[in-house]
Amino acid sequence: MSIATVFEVALAAVVLGLAIWTIAVPETYSATVGFVAYGLLVALIWVRLDAVDVALTEAAIGGGLGGVVLLGAAARLRDAEATAAERPDRFTRLIAAILSASIAAALGLAILILPDHAPTLAPVVAANAGATGMANPVTNVLMAFRGMDTMLEKVVLLLTVVGVWSLASDRAWGGRPGPHHEADPHGVLAFLARLLPPAGIVVGIYMLWTGADHPGGAFQGGAVLASMWLLAIMAGLADTPPVSSRWLRFILVAGPGLFLVVGLGGLCFGAAFLAYPVAFAKPLILGIEVAMVLTIAATLALLLAGAPERNA
Amino acid sequence: MNFARDIMTIACVSTGAFFFLAGTVGLLRFPDTLTRLHALTKADNLGLGFVVLGLLPQAGGLRDGLKLMSIWMFALLAGATVSQLIARTVRRSGAG
Repeated sequence: MSIATVFEVALAAVVLGLAIWTIAVPETYSATVGFVAYGLLVALIWVRLDAVDVALTEAAIGGGLGGVVLLGAAARLRDAEATAAERPDRFTRLIAAILSASIAAALGLAILILPDHAPTLAPVVAANAGATGMANPVTNVLMAFRGMDTMLEKVVLLLTVVGVWSLASDRAWGGRPGPHHEADPHGVLAFLARLLPPAGIVVGIYMLWTGADHPGGAFQGGAVLASMWLLAIMAGLADTPPVSSRWLRFILVAGPGLFLVVGLGGLCFGAAFLAYPVAFAKPLILGIEVAMVLTIAATLALLLAGAPERNA
Repeated sequence: MNFARDIMTIACVSTGAFFFLAGTVGLLRFPDTLTRLHALTKADNLGLGFVVLGLLPQAGGLRDGLKLMSIWMFALLAGATVSQLIARTVRRSGAG
């Protein structure tokens, strides 16, 4: 066995162990910490599989923003946890165990009976990379070859924000999401929130721009931009915008909206829905991605900020 | 020349790995939060620093080298800030 294989086996073993520990540990907070570490290690596995785009997304969403959402949920549950310590009865647990085991067995079986050369469209994607003028095959698939999926995914993101906002009470509707953060204006957090965003915003835009030819793209860049905004909010240097604000709602629909308009344009003037004219493919995709990075950054930050709970 | 570069990489990355190991042992063995933070910063600052230093001779060019250096600088910045925040919370809550 080469050193790389030993590393891979150890990594897979640690990820499996951490996954079991995350499920088994009774405290919500510990499970959350386990899940964040799990997300970062899974990102390492994606790097080993040469799927750097997926690794970046997993680290940003699974390890980073998803972890913060879960930490917030764990903090809210902490008070309720002591009282709600009821366990389901033996029969329910037995049924749940049988269900989980059969799903795991079915998944394992499905993987084992895959043909040795799995059917793949990868060579076709690689051969047609020139059609859009972009060298990153993942961006080609996401924005051109399977653009429909990406557009619907952005609509789903919009729906999640609507879902979070709908938890607001009538009194707070239209107000600002989340608690008002106050930090020492001369403290370390405020210092970091002044120092980091200029560099972070450059990194976020770079990830969007480089996504055309190298790993990166709107989602990864948007996650970095969202974290910079959240840092300023948590340090008390900025406040969350009221959910009734027009420009905020405009940014939230800008990405999927522009995607839809370009798609309909393809239906009217081109071959099909979401078909780009070859000469304008790259500028059109770039335009959609710029709108999408703003939408994604605003959406992710608002998901973390939570439901409106203060008057503007 | 290549040989000298490889020697430097092996030496520096090994030193970095040693600091990560020492930091992890400290994190597990030290008695209270403040000393555990001390152990953690050794892994973050020195361990990552030596790993980056060891990878610099293997970098493809000036741009890659600068990227590696900025990763270390960001880790330093984040590590220092988080350590401060944790240490202040510990002091305020009075728990060791």
